[in-house]
Amino acid sequence: MVLHELLDYQTLRVIWWLLLGVLLIGFAVMDGFDLGTGMLLPFVGRNDVERRVVINTVGPVWEGNQVWLILGGGAIFAAWPPLYAVSFSGFYLAMFAILFALILRPVGFKYRSKRESAAWRNGWDWALFVGGLVPALVMGVAVGNVLQGVPFRFGTDLRIFYDGTTLFELLNPFGLLCGLLSVAMLVMHGASWLVLKTEGAVAERARRYGAAAAIATIVLFALGGIWLWLGIDGYRITSAVVTDGPSNPLAKTVERASGVWFENYGNHPWMMIAPVLAFAGALANLALQKAGREIVPVLASGLSILGIISTVGLSMFPMILPSSLDPKSSLTVWDASSSHLTLFIMLVVTAIFIPLIVAYTSWVYHVLWGKVDEKAIRDGSGHAY
Amino acid sequence: MELDIVDLSRLQFAITALYHFLFVPLTLGLSVLLAIMETVYVMTGRDIWRQMTKFWGVLFGINFVMGVATGIVMEFQFGMNWSYYSHYVGDIFGAPLAIEGLMAFFLEATFVGLFFFGWDKLSRLGHLAATWAVAIGSNFSALWILIANGWMQNPVGAAFNPQTMRMEVNDFAAVLFNPVAQAKFVHTVSAGYVTASIFVLGVSAWYLLKGRHLELAKRSLTVAASFGLASALSVVVLGDESGYLSTEHQKMKLAAIEAMWKTEPAPAAFTAIGFPDQEARKTHYAVHIPWVMGLIGTRSLTTEIPGIEELVQHAETRIRSGMVAYAALQEIRAAGSDAAIPEAARTAFEENGMDLGYALLLKPYLDDPAQASDEQIAKAAWDTVPNVPTLFWTFRIMVGLGFFFIALTAVFFYLSARHQLDRYPWLLRVAVFAIPLPWIAAECGWIVAEFGRQPWIIEGVLPTAAAVSNLGAATVLATIVGFSLIYSVLFVVEMVLMLAAIRKGPEADHAPRTRLAPPSLAPAE
Repeated sequence: MVLHELLDYQTLRVIWWLLLGVLLIGFAVMDGFDLGTGMLLPFVGRNDVERRVVINTVGPVWEGNQVWLILGGGAIFAAWPPLYAVSFSGFYLAMFAILFALILRPVGFKYRSKRESAAWRNGWDWALFVGGLVPALVMGVAVGNVLQGVPFRFGTDLRIFYDGTTLFELLNPFGLLCGLLSVAMLVMHGASWLVLKTEGAVAERARRYGAAAAIATIVLFALGGIWLWLGIDGYRITSAVVTDGPSNPLAKTVERASGVWFENYGNHPWMMIAPVLAFAGALANLALQKAGREIVPVLASGLSILGIISTVGLSMFPMILPSSLDPKSSLTVWDASSSHLTLFIMLVVTAIFIPLIVAYTSWVYHVLWGKVDEKAIRDGSGHAY
Repeated sequence: MELDIVDLSRLQFAITALYHFLFVPLTLGLSVLLAIMETVYVMTGRDIWRQMTKFWGVLFGINFVMGVATGIVMEFQFGMNWSYYSHYVGDIFGAPLAIEGLMAFFLEATFVGLFFFGWDKLSRLGHLAATWAVAIGSNFSALWILIANGWMQNPVGAAFNPQTMRMEVNDFAAVLFNPVAQAKFVHTVSAGYVTASIFVLGVSAWYLLKGRHLELAKRSLTVAASFGLASALSVVVLGDESGYLSTEHQKMKLAAIEAMWKTEPAPAAFTAIGFPDQEARKTHYAVHIPWVMGLIGTRSLTTEIPGIEELVQHAETRIRSGMVAYAALQEIRAAGSDAAIPEAARTAFEENGMDLGYALLLKPYLDDPAQASDEQIAKAAWDTVPNVPTLFWTFRIMVGLGFFFIALTAVFFYLSARHQLDRYPWLLRVAVFAIPLPWIAAECGWIVAEFGRQPWIIEGVLPTAAAVSNLGAATVLATIVGFSLIYSVLFVVEMVLMLAAIRKGPEADHAPRTRLAPPSLAPAE
């Protein structure tokens, strides 16, 4: 089998680094609005019918959206096995918190309206709130910790060892800031979705929460950037960079130095487009909401999310997961991937299926187009939750 | 006994996997039954079939979300608790999981929303297409998961790379068309079809006994009995295919299932019942059926099936070969560059590399497997024997239930053909009480497959004990408690809602009104 050598190993690694970004952004944009909607649920819906309106805006689509996360997990496993192994076990309790919240969500959507009891419904509403808040917060905290470096190292047989990554140590100030940014951007996005899909009092409240969240996104992103500039060291490879060698993270040396996370922008000024998009998207979202627009604000908040996540990825390139405990164990684009053949096969499969997924997902959204109103809930038409 | 990190990680995986599989088989089978019922509706235009699709769809939905909720845990858990496994085989094992998402789960999860919400928004054919997309998606999902699992049982198409310290794929087609994976796929989805059929059969029988929803119940019974009979036959026949394949690939598992301590002259007898004793290495009060084992296992009267003691001898040979490979690997790793590798080490690894995993069986006894004593080697060789009594009994329960399902569905198939479904109330009662049985059979099946693979996580390649993450025991214990709590609560909630929905029965359903405009364009009140 030589077909896979059509694309060299280095190119495949860069493509898969991009696809890693595409999947994370796909998850944050697609599942992001229903995580945000979950967080807003108890606040924008003041009575049972209003809350059912809110739930039914995401009711038919959250299952498909959540597959972005599942696909992201699978793709990291397939294309970046050491990254999957280190991050999922290193952030063990954080991952457990996310799983716990994500277990509540599907069940909450489906079971909430199956019984009349107010206590039952209220309980599930808060479960859906937790199901939105915890993943948003913890994933943001995790990214904040990745930027600071994670305390792990590889043994000689590439067994992974950790030095105290308990949940509480992850909750350091910078990590929390990133967590809050993640919450703010998804609330902004979820609120924009609710403005698009609802009307009346619910939409009005969503618009107000959305504006606050957009401002918070801008402020927190700016603060995070300043903090990163002033107080957080980056990591860079100091040995000769081999881009097509075997994936052995111990074959290089790495140093930790200040300002490294900003070097890429100096060397490649076009990368500035990512942080610019992050600010511009959130600002546009704010302005367009004020102007009473409904469709474009969702696109604007989506672009802001794209900008924020891309900023993190581009700042760190070629680092993926730096190690604070033993910098040479850090995972980079050049030494944490699958084999040449696996990357190629997975690329072919992805190139076939992602366009199909986008096509049928678009069709489903097209079918479901339109506002969810209180009348539809009262009629029970369309099998509302 | 104090539980170490390996036991705790295994316990957590067992709990979450067995729990996840309470929901999967019903999703697999019911999705196909829904698609069949709706197809009949679209072809005949008779509203009763639409009502049936909707009613069983409600039960499908309650079950489906539990499968989704517990499925994410499965995918994340490999990285969380089995990080060395993830590193060691991610190059191969990750691919089917990712393809499952791309090809199957996206389809299933995207269209399941339209199944529930699209009745008034889609044409008849459009909605039918959505239902079939759910059914096809969930079944393809099972295919990819079982390709991954099949590789753990029979790791083909990959080789160890000393530079990256992991298995890497060299023949993806072999992974894809792994015969073990194919047999497991058909066996598992058929088991899902049986589960859903018995479920529909039992619930419908209850309605007949109560004299409620007779139109719906009788039609559902007919569909479930015919689909169930075909599936139950397929489960048993293809289970036999799995048995045949495991004699080629997992001889130890087969010997343990049969509690066959010594190699017996061909054709071997089948131990129908008995009490295997792991310590004494024999089976008390065994009742044998001559020839049957040899026929199932080898499809011949002359081929011998090796017993446990002989297989332990083989394992010992491979451990010694693995020790040579392990020592050579250390030299290769120490050499640094490719050119600096001593020729002797290279040759030694080439010749013995396939037994490297066997050397890792010694890790619990000493740090450097290359230095193991004869006594340690003998102990490690006996570690390759899984827990015989557990396999012996779970296998027999599974097979016994399999034959019972054939009988039950055949009886109802016959009654349905003669339009006498409600003639024998006691049979309807049997059907009601049979509802939990497919789940017991399915869980037993997984115990046979996974417990029977021990001590390996990847058969012959990586021992389970070597695959865990270096987490604190207290940490894993905490998550076990956490998962158990939420799973127990949700199990009760799920059962309550399921029973309530069954008690309530189908909702009065009107044929879709003809609409001139979609609801979103309808004038406001």
